[in-house]
Amino acid sequence: MTKMGATRDGYGEALLELASNPKVVVLEADLGKSTKSLHFRKAHPERTVSCGIGEQNMLLVGAGLAASGYIPFASTFAIFTERAFEQMRNGVARPNLAVHVCGSHGGTHTGTDGSSAQSIEDLAIYRTLPNVIVMHPSDVVSTKELTIQLAATGSPSYTRTARNKTPVLYEGRENEIKIGKGIVLKQGSDVAIIACGVMVSQSLEAAEALAAEGINATVVDMHTLKPLDGELVDRLVADCGAIVTAEDHNVIGGLGGAVAEHLTANAFAPLERVGVQDRFGESGQADEMLEVMQISAPYIAAAAKKAMARKG
Amino acid sequence: MADTNELKELARRCRVHIVNMVYRAQAGHPGGSLSEIDLLVGLYKNTLRVRPNEPDWDDRDRFVLSKGHASPGMYAILAEMGFISEEDLESYRVLGGVCQGHVDMKWCPGVDFSAGSLGMGLSFGMGSAIAGRLAGSERQIYVMLGDGEIQEGSVWEAAMAARHHELGNLNVILDRNRIQNDDFCETQMRMFDIPAKWKAFGWNVKEIDGHNMEEVVDGMNFLSSTNDGPSILIAHTVKGHGVSFMADNPAFHGAAPNDEQYAQAMVELGEVKA
Repeated sequence: MTKMGATRDGYGEALLELASNPKVVVLEADLGKSTKSLHFRKAHPERTVSCGIGEQNMLLVGAGLAASGYIPFASTFAIFTERAFEQMRNGVARPNLAVHVCGSHGGTHTGTDGSSAQSIEDLAIYRTLPNVIVMHPSDVVSTKELTIQLAATGSPSYTRTARNKTPVLYEGRENEIKIGKGIVLKQGSDVAIIACGVMVSQSLEAAEALAAEGINATVVDMHTLKPLDGELVDRLVADCGAIVTAEDHNVIGGLGGAVAEHLTANAFAPLERVGVQDRFGESGQADEMLEVMQISAPYIAAAAKKAMARKG
Repeated sequence: MADTNELKELARRCRVHIVNMVYRAQAGHPGGSLSEIDLLVGLYKNTLRVRPNEPDWDDRDRFVLSKGHASPGMYAILAEMGFISEEDLESYRVLGGVCQGHVDMKWCPGVDFSAGSLGMGLSFGMGSAIAGRLAGSERQIYVMLGDGEIQEGSVWEAAMAARHHELGNLNVILDRNRIQNDDFCETQMRMFDIPAKWKAFGWNVKEIDGHNMEEVVDGMNFLSSTNDGPSILIAHTVKGHGVSFMADNPAFHGAAPNDEQYAQAMVELGEVKA
């Protein structure tokens, strides 16, 4: 049976491991039980700052700490970080202060809370900010590893985690995980599927289904959307000649947008973008939402064939 | 303690710098710079622990000009303190200049936070205050807010959180000049009893005449010595103070004087004989 884990737990574990660095400070906005910063709070209350239900204040408290030599990690739901977008823009990104923001419960995969809680635009908006690293890891192990690496970057960042469990992909493979470097999980030559977050395991499923039809797909975990691993994208274009992106996010401006932008300025290949088709979600179980939004494995496989059919 | 006559003369020179900057740039915010300047002079000369030759000194007191558009006032005192030169003042709003339109920590020595978007400085100051406490430092954090600025809701998130965390090293100076961009504050958003609001959020409150240098010095001493919870000094000021046609005139929130007005201002500020 496949081992499962929630990426938000990876974030919580990473904070505990980072605690040995006395400069690390954790900021909360009344959702520490959900984002999983609560473990750090229990172990290190003196370095945990409750900001109440006040996200705008939280991000700038982080900026003040970062400007004084501390390494703040601030978390809330992905959707609520967006309330503080202008604080992130003007008070964090612009002065390039290394505040690390984690938005949990991202995407329609968040499920039954419904559309008010399902951020489908967070990756897009943070990607537009200079200086900011943007990530959406796929499993609990890579989330932990990438979060630990953030502390040494000196750059502000936004990381989306997910509420619900997804298959564990990287147990014992921590050394393969680097911020800014996509990971080739499966090597094929007919089409390349570039995915992030909860859609990585869906893409692996799609690749299995395609293999049964004699189609060899590459699957890439593009956990870092910014800076995008353009070298890897170029290699996929050369090796496969057709690209699919897969994300639990609006098809506008997220991973599909980032790859499309890269392709227009470099070697080109037909691209099919699997994602939320510019609409809001509704209440449903995580797996039901992937069906409703038409982004589950069968839709990725169909998109792969479509991309292949467009090869010149 | 600084001699108040010296402070008054310094404030006069700063007012000349302010009018010069805005006149040269033919843009900028003279009104709020002239209302805040006596407070900035009192703060920098009497209270703030900073080193102009070592602007990034780790254990310095922090000053956050949250009303970051009132930058000519801050640039004037930074020049008089020696953080920047008087020539640098000529770079106000000029491409590549250290004196960016709104104060910016990436461009100008002595600027602790890149402001310009209202309602952000107090939260940043709160983070700086927590950092000071974590570091075991005695450093004090001073944040200047405008009165129009406290219409931003996030200011009150920070006000509530600062008392929750008992940040006795966090201090606000409120420039209560009664005018904001479009008109008098009272026409834009009635604010009723401002001291009562801060008291209700658990802050120590003192009110002064922000153009009376003796009271300004007293007020700064109140801030630096009151450390049982956060403190606010509400300074009643006149927007555009020191230049008759700018004083209490909403038109000079964000407008530059013309040649004739500039000449008159220089006479009124004692730079040129009538």
